[in-house]
Amino acid sequence: MEHIITPKVEHVKLLNKYPEKKSALGTLYLTATHLIYVEQTNNSRAETWVLHHHIMSVEKLPLTAPGCPLLIRCKTFQLLHLLFQKERDCQDVYQSLLHLSQPVKEDELYAFLYTPHQNQEDRRQGWEFISVANDFSRMGLSNEYWEISPLNKNYEICSTYPSILGLPKNASVAVVTGSAKFRSRGRLPVLSYYHKDTKAAICRCSQPLSGLTSRCVEDEQMLQAISQANPNCPFIYVVDTRPKLNAMANRAAGKGYENEDNYSNIRFQFQGIENIHVMRNSLQKLLEVCSMKSPSMSDYLTGLENSGWMRHIKSVMDAGVFLAKAVSEERASVLVHCSDGWDRTAQVCSLACILLDPYYRTIKGLMVLIEKEWISFGHKFSHRCGHLDSDPKEVSPVFTQFLECVWQLSEQFPCVFEFNERYLIEIHNQVYACQYGNFIGNCQKERLDMRLHEKTFSLWPHLLKNQHLYRNPLYRRSLESTVLRPSTLPLHFKFWCGMYNHYDGGMHPKQSVLDQLLSLTQKQVEGERTMTELQRLAVADGVLPDPSGLISTPTKQDSPCEKTPTAPVVQSNGSCAPLINGDAEEAVPGAEKCNEEEGAES
Amino acid sequence: MELSEHIKTANVEDVTLRRPFHPALRGTLCVTSHHLLFSNRKDEASWQLLILLKNIDAIEKRAVGSSGTITIKCKDLLVLQLEIPGMEECLNIASSIEALSSLESVTEMYPFFYRPSHLTLLGPWGLSTTEQYYKQTERLWDRWRVSKVNSDYSVCPSYPSAVIVPREVDDDKLIRSARFRQGGRFPVLSYCHHSNGMVIMRSSQPLTGANKKRCKEDELLLQAVIDGSELGYIIDLRSAQQAQQARMTGGGFESKSCYRHWKRIHRHHERGKVVQESLIKLVEACSDLSHSVDRWLSKLENSKWLSHVHSALSTAGLVVECVERDGHSVLVHGSEGTDNTLLVSSLAQIILDPASRTVTGFLCLLEREWIQAGHPFQQRCAHSAYSHARLKQECPSFLLLLDCVWQVWRQFPLALEFSEALLLRLAQEVYASNYGTFLCNNEQERCAAGVKENTHCLFQSMLKPDIEEQYLNPLYEPTDLAIWPSVHPQSLQLWTGMFLRWTEYAQNMEEAREEVWSIVKEHRERV
Repeated sequence: MEHIITPKVEHVKLLNKYPEKKSALGTLYLTATHLIYVEQTNNSRAETWVLHHHIMSVEKLPLTAPGCPLLIRCKTFQLLHLLFQKERDCQDVYQSLLHLSQPVKEDELYAFLYTPHQNQEDRRQGWEFISVANDFSRMGLSNEYWEISPLNKNYEICSTYPSILGLPKNASVAVVTGSAKFRSRGRLPVLSYYHKDTKAAICRCSQPLSGLTSRCVEDEQMLQAISQANPNCPFIYVVDTRPKLNAMANRAAGKGYENEDNYSNIRFQFQGIENIHVMRNSLQKLLEVCSMKSPSMSDYLTGLENSGWMRHIKSVMDAGVFLAKAVSEERASVLVHCSDGWDRTAQVCSLACILLDPYYRTIKGLMVLIEKEWISFGHKFSHRCGHLDSDPKEVSPVFTQFLECVWQLSEQFPCVFEFNERYLIEIHNQVYACQYGNFIGNCQKERLDMRLHEKTFSLWPHLLKNQHLYRNPLYRRSLESTVLRPSTLPLHFKFWCGMYNHYDGGMHPKQSVLDQLLSLTQKQVEGERTMTELQRLAVADGVLPDPSGLISTPTKQDSPCEKTPTAPVVQSNGSCAPLINGDAEEAVPGAEKCNEEEGAES
Repeated sequence: MELSEHIKTANVEDVTLRRPFHPALRGTLCVTSHHLLFSNRKDEASWQLLILLKNIDAIEKRAVGSSGTITIKCKDLLVLQLEIPGMEECLNIASSIEALSSLESVTEMYPFFYRPSHLTLLGPWGLSTTEQYYKQTERLWDRWRVSKVNSDYSVCPSYPSAVIVPREVDDDKLIRSARFRQGGRFPVLSYCHHSNGMVIMRSSQPLTGANKKRCKEDELLLQAVIDGSELGYIIDLRSAQQAQQARMTGGGFESKSCYRHWKRIHRHHERGKVVQESLIKLVEACSDLSHSVDRWLSKLENSKWLSHVHSALSTAGLVVECVERDGHSVLVHGSEGTDNTLLVSSLAQIILDPASRTVTGFLCLLEREWIQAGHPFQQRCAHSAYSHARLKQECPSFLLLLDCVWQVWRQFPLALEFSEALLLRLAQEVYASNYGTFLCNNEQERCAAGVKENTHCLFQSMLKPDIEEQYLNPLYEPTDLAIWPSVHPQSLQLWTGMFLRWTEYAQNMEEAREEVWSIVKEHRERV
């Protein structure tokens, strides 16, 4: 709060992107967590809430005759152009936002202030709701080839890996530890996904410390063990997701890539995904295109091309498709790495999982996948999202690109995802919002040290509670067994207007097929629920005995073979209820939804 | 010369057919006067491919040893391959296709021979006439009349026999105005807005020439259109500079001094050859199988197709703004008044008029604004995107309209009663058809060729109840409001249903479409 110099400024103009439209005049409030702009006309009141954590940059523009302009760019791709009457106010707000949007210490993040009405038990269950260990059981592990090993339980072999690792059964501890020493930051080859049907596996690691000539027997044995764990194929693919040139440059620094001569039966392959810096600059250019005032079609298409963004999205998709094909068609296991194995590797492995396994195309499945491939394997969310005031060169839209790839797939296959576009956008917003603890920190060990599970809440139960908003009405369960084979021809990649121009409502379709279909199918669901709703009320009033115990005791429905989430685990707990900062926006509709959910459950 | 004389080899055995998403098939190929027919010998009844020769835009021959391969590129963008044993047979087939796919005489075309048992030539041809439209539109009765001044097509060869004009302007004045307009296309009523009575007129350019000629009757005609209200808008579909240049070749524009109550706005639209080349480039870009995104985006940009879509929708929006929001009447014209003029006036009606958003209403609009209004279909649609023939009069104005309507549907997916399937069917029929609807260039030609007497009407056949259902939008919810499409570049997309029609993508979309139908049907059963 000490950063807020002026909590309220009146007569602030919110400039419209399109000069022909009238700009709003209103009042600006700064709270501990939000910037709130209230536009009050005679009989209507419009509020714009922007979370401080969503602010990417604040820029003071040169003074103009009508006032002092302030440009706020958000990580959610919202753009606010404010105009202050007094220079002083502008400066104060500018100063405040600079501090508020870039906290220095972790415990200043929203998640540490956010306390929904949940008791400790609810919180614990919320955190346990998505479990990577359960996902391994779902894949059928451990089995005769693979084991789930606690070798890294103290994060001693690799500090940025999760505590449990999927390892080939015939790799000895010596091989495992030896291989870890030969890999950048100790990120040794471990299991990412096991494909039951073909017995082929996707494994991930970081680049080897091979330099120009070095080799490591244990690492070679490790790859051999991975190869032997798949009886269906005599070789494994080793996929370096980097452009060849980048990988070669790394050799001079003692890192690099696998020499095919030293490893038996590997097929080595580059995939050419650019590094985080190229991606950051590309997004920057894309956003410039998105915010052009009134571009011609040629300006827009040329800008899109020059940004390179679609090219990068395609390169990620191509690599994911390569993996899925190798596993499903050639029945070959694949080992994937980039440099550190936490950006491109995470993108490619998780995308391949979605292509291969219909489970990850469900609402809950995507949570599991993100928890597994991104959070537990140490994608550096804090650095990549710039949660704290830190090195801007560490920021990169790697996770955003993954979400976009999923969206591109959903455009090509409208019936195979259980969720709709809004789910992806909501996850994106939540990653940057830091309202829940899931995306704080850079790896599991850091999260443990921060005691996030005790101090913050998990996002997943909250999303599940609202899953009716995220449903894809076209989802066809009958198609779920298929491996997706998307076309990666350039013309199948579309610009994602719903994400990058999300806040330019005028650009979006004026009528929504999604809403229409949701409401058609929602009525059906509601109709079926009417009776039980009445029964439920009777139970709540004590008129009827509680037959199932559903109302007072939350059920645990986390069986490993579960295909789709059927009921939220966390019930009747008001997880979105008011918080100390009076976040009314969240509290009110959230509380209503809770009631609906309760009714729906019995 | 009889058509059959073009056929040197009518039958070839052991031909292999390759087409997208089907396994290669071996069978017999036949050439008839109007069709290419392929049947699988093993199971003749269950499988055959029938292609109208007129649908074939271009062929490529290639010799492989003693046999030959013909690649057939259709006007509906389908590409298929035939492997024909025997070089001579291959060349014969190819030359038959070349000759028979480019017939110029209308009465030799297939619609004159199409006689399915379920249709009769005695039924009505067309959906409506100018007179019927006038009778149905009560709003017009007061100030407008039907003129038959063109009943023998002598005043304007490309207009229908009856047109709607201001009541107070007599036929003599119309004749004089016609002489002052290119091709005799004097200003006629295109649409009268239901809520405020403002109208959209269309015409060709005035022949003011270098000497700034005037025509009093033309001025009176336009004066009568606005009838006392202070202002009308002329939307000139050329840049101001182009309009100026047109004066050097006898054309021109309405000067402010002569038409004092009309305000002129210029909007540049590409026409003719440029648009045709755009289509060719776009289709070429879509069939590029290279994996460079930059190359695709640059080809897409370079084709300019989406720029044309953008301009057409923007100008239609401008017309709607004048009519709906500002309450002024509008006159639309470019040069000839047979392409962009019709494109803009019909798009404006889709945006403004709920009646034109039903299946029947839309087809009536096409009939009124394109077929009767004299869009030269035969010239414009002689070739599509693959032909290497030298461009003459080709221009995909109608396809551009369908694309724009698709963009409107994408942004207002509930507002149109018809589905994308209807647009795709029209896109196909306009280039090659069993029906006579898109034959010839205007009413006069259709009359002379006896199209109405000797062919079936596409629109009538599409409106048969059992056929119509496939063209319905399951989510249709009529609205009386104007549906303004966004013209931000981000809001306009490649019409994948059309341009990626023969790819796997289209199959996935078909699944989605079926799913939407089943949700809606389930819902209807419940309610």
